[in-house]
Amino acid sequence: MMKISLLSFGIAKDIIGHRFLDLELPAAASVGDLRSMLVQRFPRLSDLASVRLAVNGEYASEYLPLDENDEVALIPPVSGG
Amino acid sequence: MIDIQLLESTLDAQQCISFVHSNDAGGIDVFIGTVRNATKGKPVLRLEFEAYEPMAIAEMRKIAEQAIEKFGVKKIALHHRTGILEIGEAAVIIAVSAPHRAAAFDACRYCIDTLKEAVPIWKKEIFEDGEVWVAAHP
Repeated sequence: MMKISLLSFGIAKDIIGHRFLDLELPAAASVGDLRSMLVQRFPRLSDLASVRLAVNGEYASEYLPLDENDEVALIPPVSGG
Repeated sequence: MIDIQLLESTLDAQQCISFVHSNDAGGIDVFIGTVRNATKGKPVLRLEFEAYEPMAIAEMRKIAEQAIEKFGVKKIALHHRTGILEIGEAAVIIAVSAPHRAAAFDACRYCIDTLKEAVPIWKKEIFEDGEVWVAAHP
């Protein structure tokens, strides 16, 4: 198992209920695996127009393997400007 | 040259213009995004902006670098607010200087359009009877 920290913003923070959440994942988990796990645990995430994941400050593909202590951010539809 | 700022205090258009001013530029284009008092006819009381700060700054920098590369402009200032904004306040200011106006207009538009798609900043509209994260749902 590995530990990652999840940061949530905007409506994703309202759905998750916390800005910061520490998660335990199977050692070889990818971004896509984390997404499936989150949608299962927080089904309201699938109501959003989009949810992107960023790993250590960069938008990440679903195939990217996660590493111990990665900072993963849950990015709901952005609306700056 | 690029000046990126994410600020909790009032944005200063003159500061953006002064930064991009250059004797080898023939024009400066400025876009100011302001807080509108209504959405689809419903009165908005104020807005609240939240950002994933380090990534928002990095993404704004990437956009400015791409704009310089694509349009050959000289300097770009890109300032964005966070926190609570009242009606009429500036949420974003983009200033671009270029040798000729077409490139300045194009680069400025590219910056605001791309910012709205890619930069991790979120806007919440506060109404009389509740609040809504903008664009969250389809």
